[in-house]
Amino acid sequence: MKASTSVAITAAVLVAGFALCALQFPNIASTRVVANLLTDNAFLGIVAAGMTFVIISGGIDLSVGSVIGFTTVFVALAVERWGIPPFAAFALVLVLCALFGAAMGAVIHVFDLPPFIVTLAGMFLARGISFLLSTESIPITAPIYSAVSDFAIRLPGGGRLTAIAIAMLAILVLSALLLHLTRFGANVYALGGSRTATALMGIPVGSMTIRIYMLSSVLAGLAGIVFSFYTAAGYSLSAVGVELDTIAAVVIGGTLLTGGQGSVIGTFLGVLIQGMIQTYINFDGTLSSWWTKIATGVLLFVFIALQQGLMALARRSSVKPPGVKPVGVST
Amino acid sequence: MSDSSAPPAARPSLLEIRGLTKSFGALKALQDVDFTLGEGEIHALLGENGAGKSTLIKVVTGVFARDAGTVRLAGDEIAPRSAKDAVEAGIATVYQEVNLLPNLSVAQNLYLGRQPTRFGVVRQAEMRRRAHALLLDYGLDIDVGAPLASYSVAVQHITAIARAVDLSARVLILDEPTASLDRHEVEILFRVMRKLAADGIGIVFVSHFLDQVYEICDRVTVLRNGRLIGTRDITDLPRLDLIRMMLGRELAETTHERAASQPDTAREVCVSFKGFGKQGYVAPFDLELRRGEVVGLAGLLGSGRTETARLVFGAERADSGEASVAGKAVRLNSPRDAAGLGFGYCPEERKTEGIVADLTVRENIVLALQARRGLHRPLSRREQDEIAMRYIRMLDIRPPDPERPIGLLSGGNQQKALLARWLATSPKLLVLDEPTRGIDVGAHAEIIRLVRDLCEQGLALLVISSELDEIVTYSNRVVVLRDRAHVEELKGDAVEVSSILAAIAADAPTAQEVAS
Ligand SMILES: Nc1ncnc2c1ncn2[C@@H]1O[C@H](COP(=O)(O)OP(=O)(O)OP(=O)(O)O)[C@@H](O)[C@H]1O
Ligand SMILES: [Mg+2]
Repeated sequence: MKASTSVAITAAVLVAGFALCALQFPNIASTRVVANLLTDNAFLGIVAAGMTFVIISGGIDLSVGSVIGFTTVFVALAVERWGIPPFAAFALVLVLCALFGAAMGAVIHVFDLPPFIVTLAGMFLARGISFLLSTESIPITAPIYSAVSDFAIRLPGGGRLTAIAIAMLAILVLSALLLHLTRFGANVYALGGSRTATALMGIPVGSMTIRIYMLSSVLAGLAGIVFSFYTAAGYSLSAVGVELDTIAAVVIGGTLLTGGQGSVIGTFLGVLIQGMIQTYINFDGTLSSWWTKIATGVLLFVFIALQQGLMALARRSSVKPPGVKPVGVST
Repeated sequence: MSDSSAPPAARPSLLEIRGLTKSFGALKALQDVDFTLGEGEIHALLGENGAGKSTLIKVVTGVFARDAGTVRLAGDEIAPRSAKDAVEAGIATVYQEVNLLPNLSVAQNLYLGRQPTRFGVVRQAEMRRRAHALLLDYGLDIDVGAPLASYSVAVQHITAIARAVDLSARVLILDEPTASLDRHEVEILFRVMRKLAADGIGIVFVSHFLDQVYEICDRVTVLRNGRLIGTRDITDLPRLDLIRMMLGRELAETTHERAASQPDTAREVCVSFKGFGKQGYVAPFDLELRRGEVVGLAGLLGSGRTETARLVFGAERADSGEASVAGKAVRLNSPRDAAGLGFGYCPEERKTEGIVADLTVRENIVLALQARRGLHRPLSRREQDEIAMRYIRMLDIRPPDPERPIGLLSGGNQQKALLARWLATSPKLLVLDEPTRGIDVGAHAEIIRLVRDLCEQGLALLVISSELDEIVTYSNRVVVLRDRAHVEELKGDAVEVSSILAAIAADAPTAQEVAS
């Protein structure tokens, strides 16, 4: 089955879903709603980009939600209590996140442990450290925060494309370029295809693993910074369970949980679908927000079933290309 | 290189291995092995299944750490600690297990880790152009943008070889590269090997095909049970002596006489196919399989042999014709249907797809039998042990330890265990796709004997093989395929290598082809 097929399916679901929503609530089809959707899900889009790399490489990263939580607390404390200038605090927290991700990658590679276990430990660790730092919600009042939230590009129709939405779009574009156009990206797919074969082909599997988890944690850190802009606060309980929303977005976007196949654009569509469900529920007003979870769950089932079905179909109809024409050997 | 003892061959030596030793726990896989490869030399590394050939290669290329010994490349001592180190030192290897990435394109597989880039961006078009040109040298004109998985095993192997060679290697190691290539492709590979040797590259060639060894190699080194038996010039070494070196005993003579053929009608028809086929896959064919009879399928790779087998086993759904068992029409839409009818199928890619590496030899052998009985009727441990030991003895699986994880066996021994898996189900019809691939000379004779025995016990067998001598030895009838159609059926005295070759090569369209 082609990766492009599953992206096409995701896109079709998004368009159809959006059309249905717009039929019921015509107001949904406005730049304002769409721009808000991007803003509300900016942090999710950023972590999901990192998660896409991890999952394509055949791994999983359960620590991202906690890393977001840690980042918001750390930034809030650094800026409000320790008097560190905001940009220095951002740089510092990203370095910490990079080290954290690198450590998880190194443990996974060196001790040959399942990523699930290692990142599960990372999840508890990062959440625990944020509690150690502070258990209360710390409002951030630095001027840069209000400046950033005031900034927006006005769209025709009244929408406001906020700074954090722009940041997400930029990161998605960069991630897509990294994944689809570079050697690093090709190696990520290779790892998901087969670790041993990749190693035998001379790719440094260890440093690749480290770099992939580092990327995921750094993007989670960036998502945390974005989240702190979104809420203007740091709180150790923020983004609990976000790792699962992220994985759901990636899988709905057509990335195989077994690795080796997927795309950033698919992930973006997956994030939009989740955002759309959320928006619908907000518009309806009578539905509890838990319906988002239920709808996401149903969609996940449908998508996984679809993927399997399509794959079986592709396998059945796959005729090995007979066009292997022998030609003369130049000697 | 100021060493006074000149290498045995007149060529300057390129790779010198001295005193190499490697143990896996108590098992001594290599003991004090010496090996010298000259510049521009093609050197065969031979030995029975489990002799230590693949281990030697993996130790030299840093996949396994060595216990003792030295390796010199062009006089400098090297100690690669990973496949990457070895590649950088100039040793390129195609390992026995297919070591490519089915999910990536052919072009990515060829250039992974060294794609042409501009400002860090892989130049896709340029990479495809180069990949296409590179494969043209090997006689392949294919779409290099398609995923590797969409091509046959042969194309995958040639891709692996092309990649290894293209790494501007000084030493090229090929571990059973020809095991899944047909004659034509072997020719292409040999031409490439000769050209590389002429350029001064030293080539280590592991194979169980002695004909090929005599055709292409300059010298041979034989291992037995992890020990060096000797290195000889191929010209001074009669084939029987070589076999004696490998086995440490005489080869029990297999009569290459044809099985005495009874008239067909004496046997009861077990399974028959009428107009069975699938559009774009295999043209409709008629085939009758009788109890106690071996039908051989011959033809070039890609001629439709494996495709026929897959249709017969329901792995591919036929869109025309019908199948009947003992005269009654049956449904044959899935492997499950086929298994229910008592069919067994030992596929060609068993080495990569059939084994469950972490399970033991015993568990792998009883797998299909257990599946057939259903989970509510488990085989007792005693039965399992009995079955496993019976086949370990029958096929001489080494080491004869049913509790060893199968992944730790040598390639050839894994293959024998898989054959045992299907034999254990005592099927009515057994389809074997290349049953002797990667199996050493000693066991090869055993398997041919086994095929005959099975046949005497009343099984119907459908056997695919590229080795025509072998097919002629055990087949009562041979169906020849060409361009995905059954073009001829040879019976009785007509079953001869020459007539099969003639049928494969015949250019004139046959009546059947014209009709379809
Ligand atoms: N990773 C491993 N762990 C333990 N034992 C191993 C391992 N790899 C190989 N062996 C054992 O080492 C011995 C030599 O195996 P090797 O794969 O080198 O044989 P080979 O000569 O290549 O045989 P074949 O012709 O079947 O490929 C065998 O007895 C095998 O079971
Ligand atoms: Mg081997």
